[in-house]
Amino acid sequence: MAKTQIQPKPISITIDNKRILCDEGESVLHCALRHGIDIPHFCYHEDLPVDAACRTCLVEIAPGKVVTSCDLKVKPDLKLSTQSKAVESLRRENLELMLASHKKICRDCKRGLPCKTWDLMKKFKVTGTKYERAVIKAPVHKLGTAAELDPQACINCNKCVEICQKLGVGFLKLTGKGATSHITYNEDPCVDCVYCGQCTVHCPVAAAREQSQIEPVDEVLKHKKGRIVIAQMAPSVRASIGEEFGLKPGSNMEGQMVTALKKLGFDYVFDVNMGADITTVVEATELVERIKENKHLPMFTSCCPGWVKYVEFYHPELIPHLTTSRSPQLHSGAAYKTWWAKKMKIDPKKIVVVSFMPCTSKKYEAHNKDLKVNGLMPVDFVLTTRETGKWLKKHKINLPKLKPQKLDYEGNYTGAAAIYGASGGVMESALRSAVFFLTGKELKKVEFEQVRGMKGIKTANIKVGGKTIKIAVVFMAKNAQIIIDELKKNPKAYHYVEVMTCPGGCIGGGGQPIPTTDKIVWERIQALYKIDASKKLRKAHLNPVVQDFFENYANKLPKAKRDELLMRGYKRKKKFE
Amino acid sequence: MTNSILEKIKKAGIIGRGGAGFPTAAKWEMVKKAEGSPKYVICNASEGEIGVFKDFYILDNYTEKVLKGMSLAMDYLGTKHAYININANYHKRLKHKIVPALKKFKAMGYDITIYEEDPSYIGGEETTILNAIEGKRITPRIRPPFPVEVGLFGKPTLLNNVETFYDVALVDEGKFEHKRFVSIGGKAKNQGVFHLPANVTLEQALKQTQNWPDFDFFVQVGGSASGMVLNKDQLKEHPLTGAGSIEIYPADTKPRDLLMKWFKFYSEESCGKCTPCREGSFHLYELLKKHKTIPWKEIMEIVETMEKTSFCALGRSIGVPVISYRKNVLHI
Repeated sequence: MAKTQIQPKPISITIDNKRILCDEGESVLHCALRHGIDIPHFCYHEDLPVDAACRTCLVEIAPGKVVTSCDLKVKPDLKLSTQSKAVESLRRENLELMLASHKKICRDCKRGLPCKTWDLMKKFKVTGTKYERAVIKAPVHKLGTAAELDPQACINCNKCVEICQKLGVGFLKLTGKGATSHITYNEDPCVDCVYCGQCTVHCPVAAAREQSQIEPVDEVLKHKKGRIVIAQMAPSVRASIGEEFGLKPGSNMEGQMVTALKKLGFDYVFDVNMGADITTVVEATELVERIKENKHLPMFTSCCPGWVKYVEFYHPELIPHLTTSRSPQLHSGAAYKTWWAKKMKIDPKKIVVVSFMPCTSKKYEAHNKDLKVNGLMPVDFVLTTRETGKWLKKHKINLPKLKPQKLDYEGNYTGAAAIYGASGGVMESALRSAVFFLTGKELKKVEFEQVRGMKGIKTANIKVGGKTIKIAVVFMAKNAQIIIDELKKNPKAYHYVEVMTCPGGCIGGGGQPIPTTDKIVWERIQALYKIDASKKLRKAHLNPVVQDFFENYANKLPKAKRDELLMRGYKRKKKFE
Repeated sequence: MTNSILEKIKKAGIIGRGGAGFPTAAKWEMVKKAEGSPKYVICNASEGEIGVFKDFYILDNYTEKVLKGMSLAMDYLGTKHAYININANYHKRLKHKIVPALKKFKAMGYDITIYEEDPSYIGGEETTILNAIEGKRITPRIRPPFPVEVGLFGKPTLLNNVETFYDVALVDEGKFEHKRFVSIGGKAKNQGVFHLPANVTLEQALKQTQNWPDFDFFVQVGGSASGMVLNKDQLKEHPLTGAGSIEIYPADTKPRDLLMKWFKFYSEESCGKCTPCREGSFHLYELLKKHKTIPWKEIMEIVETMEKTSFCALGRSIGVPVISYRKNVLHI
C-alpha cells in the first residue's frame, strides 16, 4: 500500500515587510537570524534553553504590543516589526538598563574589539552610562589558571550556567536578588570547575573570560634578549581563527598563521600537530601493551586537561586507567626544548614555546609544575583562538589577506594529527597506528567513520587481527559519566575510551571564537577531515619528524629521562586545585 | 462520584483568589486532562504582597478547611502528593496549628509536604514556586508550558491559593456563599480581615466594616504595592478586584513617600531574572533617593519599559499603581 508522505506545511511570516519562510515550531528570533535579519539578543543561544531574560530581542506584533522574539513561536501570517518606534525606544531603554550593570572596561577588555556588545551600543546609540550600576561586593573569581569570572561585568544572561550544567559539571550559578544578582560558583565541596572554558565561549559580555597572556607574549617578542621564540598551533585553531576575521567556519588558515606569526617575530613556527603524532605513537603503543597484558582496561585518553581534571577530582579511582601519555602540546613543546635544541645546539633555557590553542584548560595544563622536563616547562604561554584573533588585530594583521607560508620542518605532521581536534580524532589516529603495532601490517583504509560526528557517545567494535577492540568516544562530562557508570556494571565493556570535555571535541573548545554552536563546530570539523584526506602520510608512526625524534633522541635516553619526556602521572585533586 | 466536586465547583462558579481570578473548575479540569503521573497539588500560601494578610487569617482560623480543600483536589486528580508553599514567617507563627492538622490528613493517606518559602513577592508566582520546591533558582519559568501540563518535576500540577481551597471545602459542604476575604489596612479605623460578599463595591466594603474614614483619603486595592490607586469618588462603582486588600491613605500622603514605598518594594522583591525589572526597579528607587522632587520623566520612562517588557507579572504590574495614582489622585 502506498503511503503518502505528509510534508509539514512551511509557514511564512512577515518581518519588516519582508516575507520569510519558517519551520513549524521555531521561534521568530531563530527564524530571523537564519534569514540574516539581525535582532539584537544577549541571552539567546541556539543550543541552550530559552530564558527570555535580557528583553532586547523585542518585536512589535500589533500596534503597541511589543514582545520578545526568542520565545515567540512562528504562526501563519504573523506580521511584525523590528524597527517600530515602540520597539526602538523600549529596546534602547533595556540596553541602557542592562549595560549599566556591565562594568565597562572596553579598553582593556579581554575580548577586545570588535565586540558584539560594543557594536550594538553604537548601532542603537546606547552609552550604558545613563544609569549608575548597583554595587556588587564580589571579586573576580579565578578558575584555576585558565579563566575567570567577573561579577561586575555579568548581565545575568545565564548562558554560562546552562552550558556548565549541560556539560555535566554544574559549577556555575547565578546568585542574589534584584540588581545585585550575579554569576558565582557552587560552594559544594564535591563540585569543581574543570577549566574547560565553555562559560567563556558562551558569555556575550566577557564576564567569563580567559586569563589573558597576550601581554607576556608581546613582552617576550619585543625584548627577546637572545631567546629563541617558537610558536606551535593546535589542530583546531587553523580551522576557526578565520572566524575572528569574518571568514566562514572551517576556512583553513594554517599558511596565513605561519606568515602572521613570523611577522610578529617568532623565530620558528612549528605545530602542536607534530606533538599529536608523538602522542599517537606513545598512546597506541601503551594501548597495545595494555591489551596484550589485559591490564588497566579500558584505557582512557588524557589529552584533554578538562577531562583529566574531571578524573582527578571526581573519579580518582580511574587514574590508573588514564593513558600515561602526555598531551600533544606537552610532547611537542618538550621535544623542541630537548631533541630539537640539541640538534640545533641551542640552550633549552633560551627557548620560549607559545601554544595557540582552542582551549582555556591548556593554560592550566601548561602551568602544571609536575610536568617539567629537565627542569623546564614544556610550554611557556598559551593563547586561545580568541586571544590570538584579538592579538593579531592589535598588531594590525589582517590574517586572511596574508600570503600563506609553510611550517618550519620540525612542525610537519600527518593526517592522523590533523583530526585530533574533532571528537573521535584521537581514537582514529591511535587505531591507525595500533593496528600496525598489533599486527605488523599497515591499514589500507584509514578512515573510521564510526567514531566521527557530533553524537555525544559513539561506540564501535573494531576487528584487528583476530581480536575485537571495543571502543567508545564521548564528549562532555555528562556523557563520560554515562560510560563510567556503564563500566561499573560491566568493567569489560570497552578496551579504549576517548573523552573530550567540550561539545564536538577541541574544535568546540572554550577558547574558540564566539559564537560557537554545534552547527558551526560541525563546519569547522569538515576542514580537519579535509586536511587529513589531503595528506600523503596519514599515520602518526610514519611521520619522518617523529621517527627522527624517537630514533635519534627519545629512544636513546635512559628510561627515567624517556619517561619524563613522554609520560606523566596524575594525582587526586582538591577543589580549586 | 469523582466528578461531583467538580460539578459543585462549576455550579458555584469559584474563581482563583490569588489575584488573577481564573475559573477554578477550568483549572482543575486542565490538570485532570493533562498526561503524566504523579500529579501534584500545591497550595499557595506565599502572600508576599504588602497590605495583604487574608491568607494568614484563613490559615489561622480555618486550617483544616484549607487542608480539606486540598484533599478534595487530590482525590479528584487521583494523587497522593501535595505541597503547601508557605511564607516562612507564617509557618513560624502557625505551625502549632498546621502541623497537627497535617498529621490527621497524613493518617488518611494524603501526603502533604510543607515547603517553607523564604518570604518574597516573586515566591508567590506559580512557576517560581515550582522552581523553589525543586531546589532551583527562585525565578519564574517561561510559559507555555503551563504548570497545569508541565509543572512540579515536569508533572501536571494544580496550584491554588489558600482561599480558593477554603472555598472548595465550603462548596463541598454546601456552605459556600459567594463571599471573599479582604484585608483592610493603612489608616483604617477598624483594621482586619473581613469576609464580604464577592460582588461588594469598595464603598460598601469600607462602610460595612466601619472603615469609611472621616478624613479626605484615597485607597489602593488588590495589594499595597502592585494594586490600583483610586480616589474617594471612584469607590461607589468600583468592585473589589485582584488580591483581597484595601489600604487607606490620607489625602495628604506625600507622593514621594508613597513612591518610595512602592519602589523600595519592587527593588527588593525583583528576582533578578529579567533586565527591565532587575535593573529598572533598582534605578527607580535610586532616582527617588537622589532627587528631592520627583523626576517624573525619568521615572515614567523606566515604568513604561518595565510594564511593557518585563518577563513576569511582578515587573509588569508596576504601571498599575504608578499610572493610576497619577491619573486618579495627582491628576497628571
